Amino acid sequence: MRLELGKINITDIQFAEESKIDNGVLYVNAEELKPLVLEDEKIKDVYFDIARPGESVRITPVKDVIEPRVKVEGKGGVFPGWIAKVDTVGSGKTYALKGMAVVTAGKIVGFQEGIIDMTGLGAEYTPFSKTLNLVMVCEPIEGVKQHDYEPAVRKAGFRVAARIGELARELVPDETVVYETQTFKEGIDKYPDLPRVGYVCMLQSQGLLHDTYVYGVDVKQIIPTIISPTEVMDGAIVSGNCVSACDKNPTYVHQNNPVVEDLFAQHGKTLNFVSMIITNENVYLADKQRSSDMTAKICRMLDLDGVIITQEGFGNPDTDLIMNCKKIEAEGIKTVIVTDEYAGRDGKSQSLADADVAANAVVTGGNANQLVILPKLDKVIGTLDYVNVIAGASDHTLREDGSLEVELQVITGATNETGFGRLSAR
Amino acid sequence: MSKIKVVHYINQFFAGIGGEEKADTPAELHKGEVIGPGMAFQKGFGEEAEIIATIVCGDSYFNENIDKAKAEILEWVKDLAPDLFVAGPAFNAGRYGVACGTIATAVQEELGIKSMTGMYVENPGADMYKNKVYILETRDSAAGMRQAVKSMTAFALKYGKGEKIGASVEDGYMNQGIRVNFFEKERGSARAVKMLIAKLNDKPFTTEYPMPVFDKVDPMPAVKDMAHAKIAIVTSGGIVAKGNPDHIESSSASKFGEYDIEGLCDLDESTHETAHGGFDPVYANYDSDRVIPVDVLCDLEKEGVIGKLHTKFYSTVGNGTAVASSKKYGAEIAKLLKADGVDAVILTST
Repeated sequence: MRLELGKINITDIQFAEESKIDNGVLYVNAEELKPLVLEDEKIKDVYFDIARPGESVRITPVKDVIEPRVKVEGKGGVFPGWIAKVDTVGSGKTYALKGMAVVTAGKIVGFQEGIIDMTGLGAEYTPFSKTLNLVMVCEPIEGVKQHDYEPAVRKAGFRVAARIGELARELVPDETVVYETQTFKEGIDKYPDLPRVGYVCMLQSQGLLHDTYVYGVDVKQIIPTIISPTEVMDGAIVSGNCVSACDKNPTYVHQNNPVVEDLFAQHGKTLNFVSMIITNENVYLADKQRSSDMTAKICRMLDLDGVIITQEGFGNPDTDLIMNCKKIEAEGIKTVIVTDEYAGRDGKSQSLADADVAANAVVTGGNANQLVILPKLDKVIGTLDYVNVIAGASDHTLREDGSLEVELQVITGATNETGFGRLSAR
Repeated sequence: MSKIKVVHYINQFFAGIGGEEKADTPAELHKGEVIGPGMAFQKGFGEEAEIIATIVCGDSYFNENIDKAKAEILEWVKDLAPDLFVAGPAFNAGRYGVACGTIATAVQEELGIKSMTGMYVENPGADMYKNKVYILETRDSAAGMRQAVKSMTAFALKYGKGEKIGASVEDGYMNQGIRVNFFEKERGSARAVKMLIAKLNDKPFTTEYPMPVFDKVDPMPAVKDMAHAKIAIVTSGGIVAKGNPDHIESSSASKFGEYDIEGLCDLDESTHETAHGGFDPVYANYDSDRVIPVDVLCDLEKEGVIGKLHTKFYSTVGNGTAVASSKKYGAEIAKLLKADGVDAVILTST
């Protein structure tokens, strides 16, 4: 599959009468976007705000982060199963608005929404302090349950991101990158001497607000399957989950999956990037066994020499991670796993809930339990009403001087387990 | 800012007093003196830190009079009230490493004074104290002095000034079993791809999180019938036939040896010696039964307490030998013993 990704660099976002992209500046008419959000009767109100890198702004509670994209050539459209129909995506041409993101925030959905600080210590830990953020702060109608409200906010985010992406349809990209994978036979013929490498992407599916969707399908319901790594660039996988902010994969991370990018960078040089394999992290033992068996079997059937396995979430999914690793290694396929750690605030505890000697090549995104003090910032987009109850916070979080005492857990993307950031631990 | 005041601890060898024969030198305080490796440290410190005293102590003295030596040295350090206590570097000298670890830990824990040392990763002092005090990793012998001084000096200044100490890989100290966050130069995905390429090409790579695995060996059930049991001796004390025919190294042994003792009931300086470089060999060479009790076992065989003393013993040098090597030799020796119908083994170390 071949996808041309055209990058349009956004250098500022401003509110204006007319929504458009001009000379790298995104102009947004918020009044035009509002009805798009309020289409869903579960959302009572919404307001938009802009947070720029370096500003003294804290966004919380953050639910999802999305990169606006538009499909300009080829089958299907962005966010298949949500915005576009379910045609297979990942080929043709797609434009992405780089340097910006749509952030959904507002009244809490679960307990695992996050914080994005645009300056100070917190900004060092979140990748989204470096993006211009168009924040949509949603307010639910009275009495709506979390599991009803979560899809409402999720889908509203995709509608807004897709609408903004549309503004780029007629533009000329600043840069174009071509991503191309071969079919299995073509790949073997073209790169007979290169090791065959796959990417096993574990998707959060513990349920109860811990869900991910692929082409609109709840990942709890899938058995592991293969997809082209270019499909994720068109939004084939989206986040619907409220796992701790530090190591959940916002939709933005799926669209810009760093393992996909870095394997493509080596494709045809040091390795042959054969396929991406998606699997789930269900809580039942039978599901874990079935999924890890299937994943190992697919790796074997693809004649892979090596795979990178990434995780999402922690604790219970650690067992899926280790099962996948063990079973794939048992097939004679070399693995590297990417995870993060919960080693306690003092760093002295065992980092994972499961361990095996087969997991001898580990990349870590750092210890999520590390305590940090985030300074008081001038402006809050959203609300601090929930800051003491989100995962990684405590009764002592909001301090008298307005600073926050929190674990890294609360910071969106801080210890990402696809290797999105540079944080690590020893 | 005033200079960081440093007290330096070294053994008799690095103080120029003498080697093993002077290892019983009692602790000495040299106020205002910079001795041995201290000179290089002082040079590296420049104007930022000053060694205000050097404490010298024989390795045997320290280890054999541990409470007394510790109390004496702590008293001196307390009076000197330095900002930082530096011990060593001890490289792969076992007793010196243990002394450095012990005293550095005591200074830190009992006096609340910042403390550090340096040694080779396989020095027994490293495992004993790396979780308690900062231990900078050095090479295995004094040939690595320049490097050791460089890394220890840089760490000492950073630590002494109260700057934040980063993760072990950043600042070169041995991992303390505490997970410390830091920012890598490359993002995780790029590190994962690199690691996979290395793994695929059988090139070395270092995992960022070693899985907790413990190599636990369950002891065998007790021998029920000693009177009919065949007993063998295995040692890491380095006892070999006279002249060390297998050339077993005095440190970091690359092999083990098999030696015939059929008909021998006493080992002496005409028949055996030790190849071990980690202890004073005089008494082991004079009477190797001190390390492997052939004489006593021979008696027990005659008395019918044990069935038979196996006619071969196996020996290697434990000094500076990697756990992985030891494990390999152990497995090979076990196979040979089993083939010879040995029922039980007496393991001795030094």
